Amino acid sequence: MQVTKTFKRIIFLELAIPVALLTLGVYHGLMQTVYRAGVLHQTSFAKLDYYQGLTLHGVINAIVLTTFFAVAFGNVTMAFYFKKEPNKKLMWLSFALMLTGTLMAAWAMLAGKASVLYTFYPPLKAHPLFYLGAALLIVGSWVPLFDWASMYRKWKKENPEVKTPLAVLGTLINFIIWFVCTLAVAYEVLVLLIPWSMGWTDTVNVNLARTLFWFFGHALVYFWLLPAYIMFYTILPKVAGGKLYSDLAGRISLFLFLLFSIPVGVHHQYSDPTITQGVKFFHGMLTYGVAIPSFITAFTIAASLEYAGTKRGRKGLFGWMKKLPWFEENKFLFGYFICGLILFVFGGVTGIINASYSLNSVIHNTAWMPGHFHMTVAGPVFLGIVGMSLYIYAKMSGKKIFLPKINTIIPYMWMIGMLIFSFGMSWGGLRGEPRRTNLGLTYLNPDNIQYRSDWVPTTTIALLGGIIMFLAGMFFIIVFFGTMLGKKKEEAELELPVSEAYHDEKRIPLFDKFKPWLVTMIIIILFAYIPALLNVNKNSGPKSPRYNINNPVPEASTNSHPDSKSVSLK
Amino acid sequence: MTIDKSEKRVIMITLALIGLFVFSLLYAKNKYRSDVPECLPYDKAYTVPKVNKLDEKTYQVFSVASMWQFEPSEIYIPVGSEVDFYLTSKDVVHGFNIAQKNVNMMAVYGAINKTTVKFDKPGVYDIICHEYCGIGHQNMRAQVIVNYPEAK
Repeated sequence: MQVTKTFKRIIFLELAIPVALLTLGVYHGLMQTVYRAGVLHQTSFAKLDYYQGLTLHGVINAIVLTTFFAVAFGNVTMAFYFKKEPNKKLMWLSFALMLTGTLMAAWAMLAGKASVLYTFYPPLKAHPLFYLGAALLIVGSWVPLFDWASMYRKWKKENPEVKTPLAVLGTLINFIIWFVCTLAVAYEVLVLLIPWSMGWTDTVNVNLARTLFWFFGHALVYFWLLPAYIMFYTILPKVAGGKLYSDLAGRISLFLFLLFSIPVGVHHQYSDPTITQGVKFFHGMLTYGVAIPSFITAFTIAASLEYAGTKRGRKGLFGWMKKLPWFEENKFLFGYFICGLILFVFGGVTGIINASYSLNSVIHNTAWMPGHFHMTVAGPVFLGIVGMSLYIYAKMSGKKIFLPKINTIIPYMWMIGMLIFSFGMSWGGLRGEPRRTNLGLTYLNPDNIQYRSDWVPTTTIALLGGIIMFLAGMFFIIVFFGTMLGKKKEEAELELPVSEAYHDEKRIPLFDKFKPWLVTMIIIILFAYIPALLNVNKNSGPKSPRYNINNPVPEASTNSHPDSKSVSLK
Repeated sequence: MTIDKSEKRVIMITLALIGLFVFSLLYAKNKYRSDVPECLPYDKAYTVPKVNKLDEKTYQVFSVASMWQFEPSEIYIPVGSEVDFYLTSKDVVHGFNIAQKNVNMMAVYGAINKTTVKFDKPGVYDIICHEYCGIGHQNMRAQVIVNYPEAK
């Protein structure tokens, strides 16, 4: 379909800005593995500190890139399926908020005033602009949901008996999850952290802040994943030359994600104080609930690909695999998707291990964790995002892909690098190697008393994977901006591959409306989180003052409220 | 509504697999007493670092994490001791990981964490801070010394 210039301009900006920032993100990814392997025994390199780089790496790759892309892809999906562009003013508003927020946070991080990592756990204090920037980015990403919801309602009124397109359903569900979960982090940031970091309040309840963060933190990973799921269900089967095995399976999975994405956050806090074992176990069980839609998806996608291979003339039981378009230039999306899916098999299995209650004590906060989540967020999520960004850009600008052959190889290179990296990290984690640590200064420094020679092989393997991924990442950035610099060759249009369904079940009203699911979602959240918050409230002691990353002495209190004085006199 | 035969099968397999996981967890919890840390209400008594010997083979350790050290930093105990670790933080969030014994806790300001572990073999066990806690994070390590070289 043809789209207006304004629509195009906003989408291009939403795709290109995070890809440009990705240069910083990917660079700091490589640098982590270099420091960790003990190649560098220093606190900083090229004027950027290890922990500053780690903060940039996490915030840019996991928050900025994912959020910008989810909004852009949502806009494209809605426009394409409803043949109607979203409201331009709201699109600009959302983009402006997200960009302002990103610039604020980027300034704070680059100035070294917010080296608190992307989880920004208090009482480590960041510059207020870091928190405010994060809040603006999130609020900006709320805006489109309300516009899309009204587009959907209008469409539904005109087509009450037609199944909502799967991609539209997925987009709406994803942003509903996002809206609900970010309410908690918005509260954490706006009510607890900004006044505290500005010095308007003196102390913060650390346990409450952590619990609110993880209310958001796990649903965040589904917000990353669902755009990739939408691609796997609605685009991948078509690109592979087949059909989606079951349309209903996709709908069921999406609604199960709506129910189970949020009320599982305490599984990130198994090692935390103030929350009872019972509540932790309950969240662990709910996490198994969220494994079900992922299993359904794995089966449905595999069946869809087998069907595609069969249609393309398979021979033998596994012959269908040979027939898939692994390296076809005009079907390059297939490579990005399949490499993401292969990584996700390992990401999913290690994820179930992490969720498994006491088993988590083996690996919590060790190098195993980044080993795991890089195979999800830097697997299907990252590859889906970059592949799709390139696809949408090329179609909507009418330009040819720059270096098309290299473009088909990038995802495989990335996957191989990632598998090597994650193997090193997972192995190191099982040997107690901590995550988020400048190992090169102490544990990987032969001159230091803390030296651990048993971590040399693991960190070296991770370094090798890191180098391969860095090269793949740089190739992508060259291909993306090379394409942008190219000339318009074809007609520019908005076009997405659309997979037909092999089993196209007839419309079941329950799976085509939101109300019953939203009500159930809220009930499960209340059941899961009221006990957790009561625990935190009951078992927490004093609140904490502000700490800077380089000083064990807290900042002086600035609040001269009479109450706080009388407390300190006691 | 008819469901494809292989879809039905895969859902049954999924449910059976998850059932197996849940069973294994509960089994390990009972048989090996493997559990996540215990939850205690806040009590100021735990904020003073010390090692209490309750009897020959039973110890209490009140461990206090701060930027950037654990107190006590060396804990000497005999082989076969059962140790209750009580953990808190004086400032930011710290981690407390004894990887060889699967002891894994967060040290949080205004909160008390607790776990129990038995040291059956002599040796030096690293306690490593595995949560980022500022510029000195990588220096934060303590040790449990079990009968080695000689108990002090």
